[in-house]
Amino acid sequence: MAEPLIELRAVTKRFPGMKALDGVDFQIFPAEIVCLAGENGSGKSTLIKIVSGVYDFDEGDLLIDGKPVADLGPRDAIAAGIQVIYQDFSLFPSLTVAENLALNRLLSEGKTFVDPKRRRQLGAEALARLDVAIDLDATVGTLSTADRQIVAIARALMSETRLLIMDEPTTALTGREVDRLFSIVREIQAKGIAVLFVSHKMREMLEISERITVFRNGRKVEEGPTGEFNEARITRAMTGHDIGHERHVWTGDDSEEPRLSVRGLSVGDTVRGVDLDLHRGEIVGLSGLLGSGRTELAMALFGMEPHSGDIRLDGTPLSLESVQDAVAAGIAYVPEDRLSEGLFMRQPIARNVIASAIGRATRGPFLDHERLNALAEQTVSDMRIATPDIEKHAGQLSGGNPQRVVIGRWLLTHPKVLILNGPTVGVDVGSKAEIHRRIRELAASTGLAVLMISDDVPELIQNCNRILLMHRGEIVDRLDTRSVEEDDIHGRLKGLR
Amino acid sequence: MTSVSKLLRRSETAVLAILIVVMIVIGVINPAFWQADNLFNLLRANVVIGIMALSVLTVMISGGIDVSFPAFAVAAMYLTVIAMNAMGYQGVVLPFIGATVIGLLCGLANAFFIHTFRMIPLIVTLGSASVVRGLLLGLVGTSIINIDRMPPSLIAFGSSTVEIGGSKLSLMIFIYLGIALLMWLFLTRTMAGRAIFAYGDDAESAKRVGFNTRRTVYLVYGLAGALAGFAGLLHASMIWLANPRDFVGYELDVIAAVVLGGASIFGGRGSVFGTILGVFMLTLIKNSLIIMRIDNTWQGVVVGCVIVIATALTAWRDRKALV
Repeated sequence: MAEPLIELRAVTKRFPGMKALDGVDFQIFPAEIVCLAGENGSGKSTLIKIVSGVYDFDEGDLLIDGKPVADLGPRDAIAAGIQVIYQDFSLFPSLTVAENLALNRLLSEGKTFVDPKRRRQLGAEALARLDVAIDLDATVGTLSTADRQIVAIARALMSETRLLIMDEPTTALTGREVDRLFSIVREIQAKGIAVLFVSHKMREMLEISERITVFRNGRKVEEGPTGEFNEARITRAMTGHDIGHERHVWTGDDSEEPRLSVRGLSVGDTVRGVDLDLHRGEIVGLSGLLGSGRTELAMALFGMEPHSGDIRLDGTPLSLESVQDAVAAGIAYVPEDRLSEGLFMRQPIARNVIASAIGRATRGPFLDHERLNALAEQTVSDMRIATPDIEKHAGQLSGGNPQRVVIGRWLLTHPKVLILNGPTVGVDVGSKAEIHRRIRELAASTGLAVLMISDDVPELIQNCNRILLMHRGEIVDRLDTRSVEEDDIHGRLKGLR
Repeated sequence: MTSVSKLLRRSETAVLAILIVVMIVIGVINPAFWQADNLFNLLRANVVIGIMALSVLTVMISGGIDVSFPAFAVAAMYLTVIAMNAMGYQGVVLPFIGATVIGLLCGLANAFFIHTFRMIPLIVTLGSASVVRGLLLGLVGTSIINIDRMPPSLIAFGSSTVEIGGSKLSLMIFIYLGIALLMWLFLTRTMAGRAIFAYGDDAESAKRVGFNTRRTVYLVYGLAGALAGFAGLLHASMIWLANPRDFVGYELDVIAAVVLGGASIFGGRGSVFGTILGVFMLTLIKNSLIIMRIDNTWQGVVVGCVIVIATALTAWRDRKALV
């Protein structure tokens, strides 16, 4: 075999209190498509940052074209032909496609003046190289996510690229867009460029890559040709154990009055006449492609989207015109993007925890701080939030802890209905199992009805007794988890286009 | 076809359309509006506000806001006139260079605080405006320099006109348009100008792409200060008066004009042409209010409403575009 383009030999990277990478050997050859798999915190992001020159490492060697490189900086990495496309694409939304594409080149040429014709020509060339048609004069902010990603790829390929690294490239794409991305990736490969995918979506990894490397806790645990892998093997390698055997068993009675009953719920064009029942103790999964209306449905139930239709809680009709209405009725919502929507990053954990329950600890018109602190301490220990001090800022939490804070906060309000949107996105395995266990316990012991919105099919199967699939604003499938397999759900989701 | 629809979607087109409608309406109410004397007067009123608007435009494209330019303008104006009187200097070019440099230095001080301490531009420029005004009144003086003590060279320069069809058009309008042309070239055709757009759009990405963001911040605020200083002295030359308490309330008018011209309060968007239209619209509104003999205090109400409505519209547009 040819010489590796990039090789890491026994590389170790330490952060205070932990080893992010522990003696890792890794190689990537020219024109190879490799997938880097692993849970959050497994070390794959650290590896990307080392290869792209953002991080230094503490031990080991980094070789490019067989030659050891000491002290690789970001500019050196780019000069060596290594380009990274981050999840946010780093594009300029108010500038045109042509300008976004041409900026790098124009900058590196060190020109003082800009020639609009040349700029447009550079942009056209970049798109032509990928054989895609995107309006060069459109501002990037008006493009779809998929098109923005293609602009980012085209931009990365404008320089002499030899290795393209893509961080979670398929997260926000629909099935067809993923196919288009993959065909572009294969074309890139045909030009002799290596592609390193970072992903935790197993199907996609199996579909696109030639080789898979799995990381866990900073170590490389498995590596081999994709043909030797299947989903179960990747999962086992990523998590270190088989998961998915525990399931949520619901023992309630269908004929009882549902906890939450929704009839004919519509939100503009995005949710169209949805009927839905949640019984006491049920955990119901809700899945569907991005844009299926599932988030809007959740927002409507939490009083954040104007809607029409009949919503009843324990038989009582509700008018959910604001979040206050929903909270007063006993509905809690944990949003998808907890960091920006659910947490007060610069406030102490304690305040974050008690934010929704603050009315429950008062002494006359004043707050009872002792009681509030006691509630916060209780929640932190109940939810096993890993922090030495409840006065630490929420922004300093990592791993699955922010999720726990938000979930814990809502549990303090003793909700009757809990809506979770992507409850464990970006959470490491241990935390994930813990959060799942806690939710199942709550449903079983308190009669809490849970609506769990997720893309993570194993998560849904493990935790839900029923799964609903949404498409174009309607619920198109209602599945009993006892009689459905993972592949079946994947198949149905793929069919929704 | 597509280029026509693109043209229609541009905010400048909307401003221009509204402007034409407003002018027709005013013309119907008051036919004297279309007389050359009135129009030339109107254009003359655009000059100082217009140059200041170009200064604020630059800052707004970079994602910031500047409320210190009136203070810098007044400091540059007053210090230059005082220095000219003290030295008995009669000239035009050198004083304007002086005023521009004074503004530039003040602007660089803004940039220093904004970049070094990552401070919010509004707070920095509020503070620097207050400091500069205070120092000027406290250390330099509070007396108005009237026409009898204004340097004759400046008065002569500021009142130079060209006669077109029996009406006199101030030559200052060409200085304004010249600066506007240079600013347009700078913002659209130089890498430094594009860096300002990129920085205002997404500062982190601008850094990743390889722009020198420190240089960009200094450039933006330095340029803004320099334009303000220049506009300050031009103002004194045109009204034959240097008042150390001048330009009070200009912040609102100028920011209103820039926002009217379609610049985004979130940065990354704005154009010289739009700003020129915005300035014209604002002076037109104020001019009409004066002609209609509406009280000064009510003018403030109108300008306030204009800024809120225009900002709301652009914010709504930008938010829609983001979804």
